[in-house]
Amino acid sequence: MQRNHNHPKICIVEKVIDETPTVRTLIFSDDVMHNVLPGQFAMVWIPGLNELPMSVMVSKESGKAAFTVRKHGLASTGLYNVQVGQQIGVRGPYGNSFDLKQGKLLLVGGGTGLVPMMRLLTFVKPTDDVTLVIGAKSKNEVFFEELANDLLKNNVHRVIITTDDGSYGEKGFVTNTIEKLVNENRFDGIYTCGPEIMMYKTVQLAHSKGLFVQASLERTMKCGVGICGSCCIGEDLVCKDGTVFDGDHLMSNHEFGSFHRNKAGILENY
Amino acid sequence: MNQLLYSKLPIFFKVNPSLITSVGKICLDRPVMLASGILGISLDVFNRLYRSGAGAVVTKSLSTEPWDGYPNPTIFSVNGGGWINAVGLSNPGAQNFAKMIESNVDVPIIVSLVGSIPEDFESMIMQFKNCKITAFELNLSCPHVAKVGLEVGDDPELVKKIVSAVKTSTNIPVIAKVGLGTSNYLNTVNAAIDSGIDAITAINTVRAIAIDVETQRPILSNKFGGLSGTPIKPVALRCVYEISSKYDIPIIGCGGISTWEDAVEFILAGSSAVQLGSAIGSNWIHVFNDINHGILEYMKRKGYSKIDEMIGLAKKS
Repeated sequence: MQRNHNHPKICIVEKVIDETPTVRTLIFSDDVMHNVLPGQFAMVWIPGLNELPMSVMVSKESGKAAFTVRKHGLASTGLYNVQVGQQIGVRGPYGNSFDLKQGKLLLVGGGTGLVPMMRLLTFVKPTDDVTLVIGAKSKNEVFFEELANDLLKNNVHRVIITTDDGSYGEKGFVTNTIEKLVNENRFDGIYTCGPEIMMYKTVQLAHSKGLFVQASLERTMKCGVGICGSCCIGEDLVCKDGTVFDGDHLMSNHEFGSFHRNKAGILENY
Repeated sequence: MNQLLYSKLPIFFKVNPSLITSVGKICLDRPVMLASGILGISLDVFNRLYRSGAGAVVTKSLSTEPWDGYPNPTIFSVNGGGWINAVGLSNPGAQNFAKMIESNVDVPIIVSLVGSIPEDFESMIMQFKNCKITAFELNLSCPHVAKVGLEVGDDPELVKKIVSAVKTSTNIPVIAKVGLGTSNYLNTVNAAIDSGIDAITAINTVRAIAIDVETQRPILSNKFGGLSGTPIKPVALRCVYEISSKYDIPIIGCGGISTWEDAVEFILAGSSAVQLGSAIGSNWIHVFNDINHGILEYMKRKGYSKIDEMIGLAKKS
């Protein structure tokens, strides 16, 4: 029978990597998830506990994929605590993907928002000149730096780390670095995923310069298939219209950067 | 990008007179509505659905207080078609919701309400006095939340009290949405009609469960949910046929409609309009206009100029 991608496929976690004291990567085998496009996500079921939307992390081994999760709420902490040998259910992939330009590219990732950025790096052409900016609070929250350099070893590239407290890389918010970069360079494409305020400022900066920019958004999600409406932002559904949106479109969305909805659907400020 | 197009389009349609239909006092430009529980928490989305061809949108069922609903998983895709959901009636509460739709001008909005006692419904109806809405729909049939929905619908005496209270609280048309519970649903229909209901929506999702064989446990966090989509269509169609055969009451057919043929079947069985939800999960919101066009083609081919001419035709044969 053909695989129903809306049906949870049970996968066994084969390996767990501690990225930081609060972030782990869980590796499992699945051909479909191995091949998802950057920006697409899966709904991940932790049996008996919860289900949550997760961007699909790359794995170098063929036929494998991963989820990189920060323990935060009930569901993400549940996934974080999954051990090698335990089962998870994976359905999807859902959503659209980044429209990858060629030439001079800027990628901006914060926290686990780096996951779709890593997958995007696996799609860049050897001729692309790639700048990746990783924003973190402090040194012990920095991850994927080595992986990014490795994925970009055949490209002209820079990986810039910023930490809020200056304990590693450049000191200050990631957006200060972005401002400098877009003032000094003419990027052909800018891509971002991470905290909404970071994405908002990145989109705003790029948009003001007339540069092509896309962001992958996150919202409360229940169904993942465009039925429940939980993930709406203005008139858009993050699961169906996104997760990736063009900067032009986002700047005309009155909720982007300002509001998200809670589980009851009530607008809350960021 | 079509994303951009959506936000820039003005709200404008050519109303096709052939598609106009009346559900009692409720007049609709098009016969296919969005069913309750689907996509219904933002006015921006309602506008978009209306532009996409929905004749009206029914909101998520609103309660007196905001509800978070159940933890995930809240939805399960049935192999072979259909969904089982236990979202748990998550909603921002009637007051918050009413404030949000106060600015509505264009969209025919049907406000779905859920509660346990007549006072719940009366107080919620008061919240909407400054809103432009088309009708209220009473959820007497959600199969997966305690003390409301089907548990109310299964008690015809309580249904009578609620419908009577609601009808004295508002002049806006009131619809009762019924479903298949533990008692005969026709008793619920009867009680609602006796108390002055304006129309019946039939049916809601059907109580169901999904079990994963690998982990050997129910998948949904609430264990039980409501089955929707193509598997329930023949059952829903049977209910519409039964109600329309037995009572003189306008009916809105609901349950597994995803094609124009489905919609026409429900009209032929006796419904004046239809609602859909699950089909959006597979066909996205294009489904509204696909069905509108399909119905129009069918009407042309069969020589009908009004929806009204087709309602209940299957009962004559």
